[in-house]
Amino acid sequence: MSGLPGFLIDDRLHFPSCPSQGGQRFLVEMAAPLTLLLVLAVTIRAALFRSSLAELIAERVEVVSPITAWKRVVEGLALLDLGVSPYSGDVFHETPLIIYLFHFVVDYAEITFMLDIKTTLTFTDLSLMLFQFRKQKFALEADRYPLDCLELIRSPKEMYYIPLKVAMFYLLNPFTILSCVAKSTCGLNNAVVALFIFSTIKGNTLLSAIFLCLATYQSIYPLTLCAPAMLYLMQRQYIPVNFRRASFWWFIAQYLFMYLGSLFVLICLSFFLLGSWDYMPSVYGFILSVPDLTPNIGLFWYFFAEMFEHFRLFFLCVFQINVFFYTIPLSVKLKEHPVFLIFMQLAVISIFKSYPTVGDIALYMAFLPVWSHLYRFLRNTFLVSCVLLACSTLFPVLWHLWIYAGSANSNFYYAITLLFNVAQILLVSDYFYAFLRREHHLTYGLYLKRKDGSEATLVLK
Amino acid sequence: MAAHRCCFPVWLFILCSFSLFIIAGSQETTVAPEQHASVLDNPQTAAETAEQTAGESGGVEERRWEGTEVRDAAAQKQAEPAVLQPTPQPKDDFQEELVVRPLHSGDIYASFQFRTLWETDFMRGNKVSHYRLFPKSLGQVISKFSVRELHISFTQGYWRTMQWGQPYLPSPPGAELWVWFQDSVTDVDATWKELTNVLSGIFCASLNFIDSTNTVQPSASFKPLGIGNVTDHRFLRYATLPREIVCTENLTPWKKLLPCGSKAGLAVLLKSEKLFHSSFHSQAVHIRPVCQDWQCKTTSWELRQTLNVVFDLHNSGQGKREWSLFKMFSRTLTEACPLASSSKIYIDITDNPEGEQFELSPATSLLSQAMVLGDRRTFSVYDLTQQDTFGSVRSLNLLIRWKSTEGDMLRPLLHAERYVAGYGLQTGEIHTLMYNHHPYRSFPVLLLDSVPWYLRLYIHTLTVTSKGKDNKPSYIHYQPSKDRVRPHLLEMLVQLPPNSVTEVTVQFERALLKWTEYTPDPNHGFYVGSSVISSLVPSTVAMDTNSTRERPLFSSFFPCKEESSYFVRVYTEPLLVNLPTPDFSMPYNVICLTCTVVAVGYGSLYNLLTRSFQIEEPSPGLAKRIANVIRKMRGVPPL
Repeated sequence: MSGLPGFLIDDRLHFPSCPSQGGQRFLVEMAAPLTLLLVLAVTIRAALFRSSLAELIAERVEVVSPITAWKRVVEGLALLDLGVSPYSGDVFHETPLIIYLFHFVVDYAEITFMLDIKTTLTFTDLSLMLFQFRKQKFALEADRYPLDCLELIRSPKEMYYIPLKVAMFYLLNPFTILSCVAKSTCGLNNAVVALFIFSTIKGNTLLSAIFLCLATYQSIYPLTLCAPAMLYLMQRQYIPVNFRRASFWWFIAQYLFMYLGSLFVLICLSFFLLGSWDYMPSVYGFILSVPDLTPNIGLFWYFFAEMFEHFRLFFLCVFQINVFFYTIPLSVKLKEHPVFLIFMQLAVISIFKSYPTVGDIALYMAFLPVWSHLYRFLRNTFLVSCVLLACSTLFPVLWHLWIYAGSANSNFYYAITLLFNVAQILLVSDYFYAFLRREHHLTYGLYLKRKDGSEATLVLK
Repeated sequence: MAAHRCCFPVWLFILCSFSLFIIAGSQETTVAPEQHASVLDNPQTAAETAEQTAGESGGVEERRWEGTEVRDAAAQKQAEPAVLQPTPQPKDDFQEELVVRPLHSGDIYASFQFRTLWETDFMRGNKVSHYRLFPKSLGQVISKFSVRELHISFTQGYWRTMQWGQPYLPSPPGAELWVWFQDSVTDVDATWKELTNVLSGIFCASLNFIDSTNTVQPSASFKPLGIGNVTDHRFLRYATLPREIVCTENLTPWKKLLPCGSKAGLAVLLKSEKLFHSSFHSQAVHIRPVCQDWQCKTTSWELRQTLNVVFDLHNSGQGKREWSLFKMFSRTLTEACPLASSSKIYIDITDNPEGEQFELSPATSLLSQAMVLGDRRTFSVYDLTQQDTFGSVRSLNLLIRWKSTEGDMLRPLLHAERYVAGYGLQTGEIHTLMYNHHPYRSFPVLLLDSVPWYLRLYIHTLTVTSKGKDNKPSYIHYQPSKDRVRPHLLEMLVQLPPNSVTEVTVQFERALLKWTEYTPDPNHGFYVGSSVISSLVPSTVAMDTNSTRERPLFSSFFPCKEESSYFVRVYTEPLLVNLPTPDFSMPYNVICLTCTVVAVGYGSLYNLLTRSFQIEEPSPGLAKRIANVIRKMRGVPPL
């Protein structure tokens, strides 16, 4: 039994050998439904853009955070036009590259631009999933698992629609639609992350490092995606994860050099664009020290609004370390499954980051159809989906009661954010549990028996 | 001391002309006022004798005109190169005056001004240690903190421009402080911090709450009023505390700065129980360097203490439209401050030339005319340094008895108001309305807005419209806020078209603060200081081009430069803005609950990371376990 994991690795190492045939076929056959989906998604967005709801959505605290709000980007541009550094105030917190990007683009057509972002994003997401799908297919096609596990392995027919489902999950997810209509720059971040995953799965080390660096530059947290990216690329290049091997360290050094090098270039570029380091505290200091307590769907705002002053720094450190903390244990546990690790990391980031929005949730939710083979082992899908739905509708209701009607207070809204986060945590840990359990079954067989021959129940010990 | 010095030439004069015996020294203090009056009667030695000479030569003229005197209400726009007394004089000088303006609303406006001039140099190396009229506490402040100019005002109530016209000295509700420092000051912020704390002690006010979050450095709105044209606004600090409540404890230290205290002179009228029973009360201290002579060879320091108060008709008049000093202040005047070189009461009778509006008693024959706020005003003057002002009863109780209730006031040409629009606690919009009532002239105004950081302004939403059209400001100085560090500062130069309303709107977002940053009454709201609108307004005198009544034809074709415009500063209402509040009662609960959620996340991941799946073995029952323990002790294999 102990030889099996290594054997599995060997088996999976075959997957990049015949890359594009399946993809070609898929694209041809899926073109019609995909186009339909895109048209539908664009129509919904365009209709919402034109409607009076767009303004309302753009003000929603669940959809835009102080970092990603479009209103603040416009404010930054206005400050730039006035000759004031956008970072001299505390309204604009985007990175310098973003502001210069929008500086040139905003004049033409911001709306089509945002839509474009969304569609390119989904395209990349889509193709990412396509490759992901192929990878899994190849991995699973190797018919080496215990016989009774065959029903755990998805047939190609089942997997066939996964890319379409992923596209649908992203494009038609109300969270994505909302953050697109609000013109939140979160869409841009998601696009960069998606491009990063895409290039990683394609095996392009340089592009992967560059996109990861862009994502990190945008908001610090994607830094933790470094580990899955390196694990995946090492798998592709047949480099064993072994601390005693020089090739392992050589690859890590290469990747880190590319990553840090492009980060250095970006930071220097930003410095030369603005001529000052003002943006560092205003962007990264703002993310890390959480001075803006505007309510959002995260855990930080009310906690630090109610925090005793002398404990603030301590809890700030605890909460921020918490985001990065899971990287190493998760990497150790999931070192054979970097794509699932990416999913876990994205979920952890979007739950525990300092200014989360629904756009961040939409990103990791787009992965859910990829793990459709885990449905069998999920324990509380019903509960989680009910809570998530209820919370999503209660957010605006309780916000209205607190802010406009004055008949509720902040605790109501806070309670909903707590519940929403608990539901997300349940969702993620449930998927993690299901994934681990499936792995266990793949190794030991699906129908486990006790010593006395009766049916066994699995427990975590 | 002063009396002694003044009396010395008098004594000489009396000795020479009459060769009489010397009056005993013990009589000195009692005779002083009489002697002073006799000096004024004498044309050779008197200082301000224009009206006296006119009176003596004119003889029977019923209304006498006081000599040209530069009134200072409009003097804010520039340093006053005023020369008041050509004769050699002591190095310091004190003047006091009271202006009473009956308002058309039936209210009455009383404005006290006390001015101390001192020819000295605080900035020299050697310390100034001998103080006479100038208050030592302020002198030490000037020299210690290298202050060039200091303006501080405490105001209770809001000046209603549309009902009352322009005040002589405008001030915003609450406390306002602005200071120009000498350019030798290296760390202006630290000096400013220290200065505010010291002033807080001197005036018993909460000026110590002035910190970087409510201090701004206006680039154009507050120029030095004294001499010296340093305009580097790094040395300027401006702060307002709109919430400051002004009361007796601020008045008492203010009165102590006067040379006569509240013992003599006009200051005896300042009784707090009456002053604070009014619609509007404002007291201020202005310190600035001024020129001593018209060539400005020597400079002296001017300390101007002002107190403006508006008494309500319905509040204290018992329904009758009748005013007297006693009714207003519950005191009458019996003497001038002996240290004062001039002590006068002015009553504005411009709208009442023939006595048809109100009746003034006791009547005075002394008149004065001055340009005040672009308008030519006529005043009845009561000189308290003259004994006959007090009449036979030895006390002056001015009485104004209204005859008619109607009367129209000239609308102020510039007027502004401000309000917050929007509902809910998330966003809002500040509207500032500026009215130009001039029928055909447009003029530029400088608008200064200092908004606290917790209202996050979005400058891209700034709109300026007048007459339905976009009115682009020709100059915008905007400094965005930094959270918990500094406020927003918005200054702009806007041209107001004639006879129009200009509306400035800007949107803001309300921040949620930390629970310790709220005031003890958070649901009362947070104050935003007044906007300041500074402008050179075309004067009403220049407005009537058809005036041939007073001026000869040859002088009236081109509008006269110095009369064509005057400086006005208008303060809008302060705003009261509500912010969303957290629940103050449950920090522990929030900390516990949030930590629980984080722990749930951590715990479930930790659980899955550290444990592995195992087949559950049913645990043996209790009886079996006990039996096994016994069997183990017996050395028998377990069941």
